[in-house]
Amino acid sequence: MDTLANLGDGFLIALTWQNLALALLGCFLGTIIGALPGLGPSNGVAILIPLAFTLGLPATSALILLTSVYYGAMYGGRISSILLGIPGDEPAMMTTLDGYPMARNGQAGEALALSGIASFVGAFVATWGLVFLAPQLVNVALLFGPAEYFALYFLAFATLGGVASRNQGKAAFAAALGLGIAMIGVDGQTGVPRLTFGEVHLYDGIDFLIAIVGLFALSEVFVFLEHRGDNDGASEGKMQLGRVTPPASMLKETSGSMGRGTIIGFIAGVLPGAGASLGSFLAYAFEKRLNDKKGTFGKGDPRGVAAPEAGNNAAAGGALVPMLALGVPGSGTTAVLLAMLMALNITPGPLLFTQQPDVVWGLIAALFIGNVMLLVLNLPMVSIFVRVLLIPTKYLMPTVAMISFVGIYGISGSTFDLIVMILFGLLGWVLRKYDVPLVPVIMGVLLGNAMEVNLRRAITISDGDWSVLVGSPLAIGLWALGIAGFVLPIIVGRYFRPVPQVNDEVAEGD
Amino acid sequence: MSDRILGGIGLLVAAFYIWQSTLVELSFITDPVGPKTFPIMIGIVLALASLAMIFSPDANPHWPQAAKLLEIGISAAVMVAYVYLLPAAGFVIATALAAAFLSWRLGAEPLRGVIAGVAISVGIYVVFHLILGLSLAKGPLGF
Repeated sequence: MDTLANLGDGFLIALTWQNLALALLGCFLGTIIGALPGLGPSNGVAILIPLAFTLGLPATSALILLTSVYYGAMYGGRISSILLGIPGDEPAMMTTLDGYPMARNGQAGEALALSGIASFVGAFVATWGLVFLAPQLVNVALLFGPAEYFALYFLAFATLGGVASRNQGKAAFAAALGLGIAMIGVDGQTGVPRLTFGEVHLYDGIDFLIAIVGLFALSEVFVFLEHRGDNDGASEGKMQLGRVTPPASMLKETSGSMGRGTIIGFIAGVLPGAGASLGSFLAYAFEKRLNDKKGTFGKGDPRGVAAPEAGNNAAAGGALVPMLALGVPGSGTTAVLLAMLMALNITPGPLLFTQQPDVVWGLIAALFIGNVMLLVLNLPMVSIFVRVLLIPTKYLMPTVAMISFVGIYGISGSTFDLIVMILFGLLGWVLRKYDVPLVPVIMGVLLGNAMEVNLRRAITISDGDWSVLVGSPLAIGLWALGIAGFVLPIIVGRYFRPVPQVNDEVAEGD
Repeated sequence: MSDRILGGIGLLVAAFYIWQSTLVELSFITDPVGPKTFPIMIGIVLALASLAMIFSPDANPHWPQAAKLLEIGISAAVMVAYVYLLPAAGFVIATALAAAFLSWRLGAEPLRGVIAGVAISVGIYVVFHLILGLSLAKGPLGF
């Protein structure tokens, strides 16, 4: 019952007026960010990190703010999926399939309310899963030495590339690009500058926040510039909301879907490389195969709304498990959250649970609180968020761009950094054109140095013997899993395609 | 074809990266692996991935027309100009100009774009500087 006692302590930390206010603010902003097409959890959190950082919030408070944004974005994504048929962010993609038809049938209010409840169920159960699973994983992780960590990083990249992307070669390309960028700067162990070309600004390396904001947020602006005029008038008139409480019969009918969606989503979230998009995809696909006897799916079946919404929110919670317990993110958004922890000088991983339990448990308690807030915000007040959708992108995207500049400027005030951010924005745009996933790039930039340090530490301990990398059953298992995770999807191929071709308008990441 | 070009560029980058990694000077303290090995490994992965793209390319992405490409280039150039204008003109003026340009290019009518630019700039200034106390670039006029 240690866990519950810890959780209780966490609530004591989270339940201060300041933290509650930050959680509320985060939930509110997050829902808006999720709802707006073009802004999703990963780029929404990305532009807020530098701000939270420069505002000098204490670590726990900053974490509470940004994870509330993260959970909020998962809730918000469904709003535009249902009302406009355009997913507000990538994980909400599957919700359009039945949510939009429901809205066209005049059940928009019911669909929103139902998906809000499904989101709550998914996130709530997944947060409990996090409470119990993360400490178990920590116990395993305490057995890890540097060689195992190196293998674990390999596993994370391999499964991310294998499972979550359509082209494994491109995923490997992206990962190598990110890792390569991380190598720039003075080598931490011997003090020699590497790949800096004599440029003093590069001695400190490239700040991962700059890379993240450029790749995720600024590239979005370029995508919108490219597609200007492609689909004007997507928001066709005002949608009638109708009643915003689902009838009890509908809840009863969909409870099974929510339960199954939650379980599938949570598992998908915990696995490295999968994340919320895959969670909602699998939840929907499973539900359809199980229940679509009359061919109602895709035409406004409430179960087709409940399952993917429970799935993506559960996956969002599940994805926090490896991020907090191992320090290895499983998805784009958790990679961004990891960046935030690193910016706050917190190293996630098993030691975090033993050395800074207040941070972990305060955060988890905040997730519970945020979840309840989100349910309250999203049921009766959903019409406020609906109005936000009417902000046209021609005013929204310049705002996003300018806030990105403000955030990065706030960190260093350096012209050089801002130019690098613009370059990352262009790079992100080109890579997205090529369908090269951005998440491995970010993970590479974030984890590159840790990966190298563990490799060198392992070899140093073994006195130059490279076989130490496969020297324990645990390490061998991790390597095997990683190789299987990368190679199997190539062989099994089409069955595992996670998300159908993502349209360019959708926020990249998770 | 596009993929092959990217793969070709990737190969060149990888070769350059590996070459640069071999040039890293060693210091007197060193470990069995040294600072060169891991970057070289990364370069090799990059090269292999580029080869994979050359040998099994995907279908071409839909490239925008030259006019759009130019527009994206100009927008990026405007952002660069914005960065240099920040210390010279101050946050509010520079941001209003850049935001106005971007909203115009994203489809706002010119006059509305200017209004939007000023609104965005002043809005950010009020929220982030006056309310939240973030330090923004200060120009000769003090804002």
